[in-house]
Amino acid sequence: MDFGFSEEQTLLRNMVQSFVQDNYDFDSRMKIVRSEDGWSRDNWKQFAELGLLAAPFDEDMGGLDGGPIETMIIMEEFGRGLVVEPYLPTVVLCGGILKRHASDAQKQAYLPFLIAGDSVWALAYAEPQSRYNLADVLVSAKADGDGYVLNGAKAVVLGAPWADKLIVSARISGNQRDQAGIGLFVVDKSASGVSTQDYPTVDGARASEIVFENVRVDGDAVISTDGFAIIEEAIDYGIGALCGEAIGQMKCLNDATVEYCKTRKQFGVPIGSFQVLQHRMVDMFMEYEQAVSMTYMINMKLEESAAERRKAASGAKVQIGKSGRFIGQQSVQLHGGMGMTEELNVGHYFKRLTMIDTQFGNVDHHLRRFAAQ
Amino acid sequence: MDIEFTAEDNAFRAEVRQFIEENYPKDLIGKDRAELEREDYLAWHKILYKKGWVAPSWPAEFGGTGWTVTQKYIFGEESARFGTIPPLAFGMQMLGPVIYTFGSQAQKDWVLPGILSGETWWCQGYSEPGAGSDLASLKTRAVRDGDHYVVNGHKIWTTLAQYADWMFCLVRTNSDGKRQEGISFLLIDMKTPGMTVRPIITIDGGHEVNEVFLEDVRVPVENLVGEENKGWTIAKFLLGNERSGIAGVARSKKAISRLKDIARSETLDGQPLLNTADFSRKLSELEIDLTALEYTELRTLAAESKGKGPGPESSILKIKGTEIQQRITELTMEAVGNYAAPWVPKLDLGDNYLAIGPEGSHGVSQDYFNMRKTSIYGGSNEIQRNIIAKMVLGL
Repeated sequence: MDFGFSEEQTLLRNMVQSFVQDNYDFDSRMKIVRSEDGWSRDNWKQFAELGLLAAPFDEDMGGLDGGPIETMIIMEEFGRGLVVEPYLPTVVLCGGILKRHASDAQKQAYLPFLIAGDSVWALAYAEPQSRYNLADVLVSAKADGDGYVLNGAKAVVLGAPWADKLIVSARISGNQRDQAGIGLFVVDKSASGVSTQDYPTVDGARASEIVFENVRVDGDAVISTDGFAIIEEAIDYGIGALCGEAIGQMKCLNDATVEYCKTRKQFGVPIGSFQVLQHRMVDMFMEYEQAVSMTYMINMKLEESAAERRKAASGAKVQIGKSGRFIGQQSVQLHGGMGMTEELNVGHYFKRLTMIDTQFGNVDHHLRRFAAQ
Repeated sequence: MDIEFTAEDNAFRAEVRQFIEENYPKDLIGKDRAELEREDYLAWHKILYKKGWVAPSWPAEFGGTGWTVTQKYIFGEESARFGTIPPLAFGMQMLGPVIYTFGSQAQKDWVLPGILSGETWWCQGYSEPGAGSDLASLKTRAVRDGDHYVVNGHKIWTTLAQYADWMFCLVRTNSDGKRQEGISFLLIDMKTPGMTVRPIITIDGGHEVNEVFLEDVRVPVENLVGEENKGWTIAKFLLGNERSGIAGVARSKKAISRLKDIARSETLDGQPLLNTADFSRKLSELEIDLTALEYTELRTLAAESKGKGPGPESSILKIKGTEIQQRITELTMEAVGNYAAPWVPKLDLGDNYLAIGPEGSHGVSQDYFNMRKTSIYGGSNEIQRNIIAKMVLGL
């Protein structure tokens, strides 16, 4: 039984931590968020140079043979820095799908550019009506020669404004919520018929509403004609990564809150001396530790059987949803009025943790999914 | 014990409803709070003033309506049901009662009319960076200089100071002895030289609160309310009124009604979210908790109508009222699923803005973020619990 990290993993963590310390202090982060594009291409190049974009891929593809634990470490350190660049959509979601399910030809065609930092990816799976049901797909894929033609709309595609490549789920056959008959397609965002409405998200990132109007996809861009299990797996991997990001942020909030309560004086004493607040911070500490446990658990189980993976992912997502909500809310509360300001970093961690709960299915959704396993 | 509405009550309700429906400015209906300009906040206030209905909670002799507890309750319900922008609270709920209770005749004569008519917008100079929960530790200093006080200090979390004409301000006039015994209550013109307002943007992206810097601000001695160094009693009186006005039962009913509309059109696997087990259970718990709060408030109002001022039990209203407000925004955010993500730009919401997602979803997360303030302001919910423990339970 070992919950320790290897030397390489510790080096990886230190490297990402250094990057965040040198390039992503809070002021720098807010400058990036408020810039017109809302992200930094320079940072993305640095991720490539540091090998972060290569982390989870096989060595023969130019990767570093990393697994979910390496991704978790990277996401945790990115989380601490509130990094907005689209590592999750590009490397974890789309990169993961390509790694596990693309043909050799497709891997050759796509992965080197992804790893080099030359192409940025987004996964377009949710739709305006779908809520968190991955099988609720109305975007249609009609057979056309060796390829398909896509029509329909995707919702809240995370990181899409920065992406040049999309992986899109579209229905080849079956009814609206059938798991069978869903295809997975690689689409150039610049392809004819693709239109996007880009917007900022409340947690400092960007997303798009995407409309596909007779978008032609060639046969070699089809990843799967029966891809529900692939999407589901990708989202579970996404959950594993999201858990890593969340525990990094929870730790920052807990540390900041304890420090604040030790220094903020009212009634002649530090407010941290009040038992009510002490117990509150203990509760926050316990929620964090439980979240860490579930984050380790999911990232160790991602490569197990699908049934085990699904249950583990839903359990972990429920945990970080609940812990993230509690720690976020209480951090704001214990910082008093300061926690309500846009100027202090606390509110931004709170907003990101709030959005993490709404992504890939919230607590209610995953309680149901957990029970159904 | 009787809570039935009489025929007169029902007739009154119909009269109120009709008045609101016929007179509420059409361009304000459904306007996003972020889009409200200064005049928007005052529009309904002025219409109510003309009708004589702007101050239901005031004694009739000072411009109140003379309504019964039930009538006031009905008026509040109908206003919230429609979604009216209420009269400015800082004057109406806070300063007004202070002036007619503690003010000199001269002060009643010059302050009260402006509050009633809406011509004077008041803001609250209470909190300071070093004086939040521990308000009595405030440091803004007022030194007597002939027939003026010279005021120096720094107030924070001053709601809508950017629109205010005047500020009611707690200042320190004595640093010897107990902190509470050196506090005075001053009325300060925002246009006095030395007053600077600096915006504070909150996590929902809006501009509601400010810092106010006071540098050698000269305030006439006539603007002292009550006696010098006896301002703490007045401060606490005001806080009691602030706290009991904060339950927001009627507005929470409106918010729940809006949530139901959202949950009716949002679907979960083909079913309206409203009908699904998890959601409907949470909603029921909220509605029941709100009903309990409503009746607690009615009991408090009934006791007040018999002459009792808002006592420490009003802390229950503040705690439960704000927790319910927060839970409503939380459940509303859950209801919109993925569409919790898009950001609505509060500071520059212009014609270029293209809203993303279904109508009910716009700005829902930002409302959730904004409402985190309610368990902090008006005396944090932790402080409110201390008040109940000490003043009600005698612990």
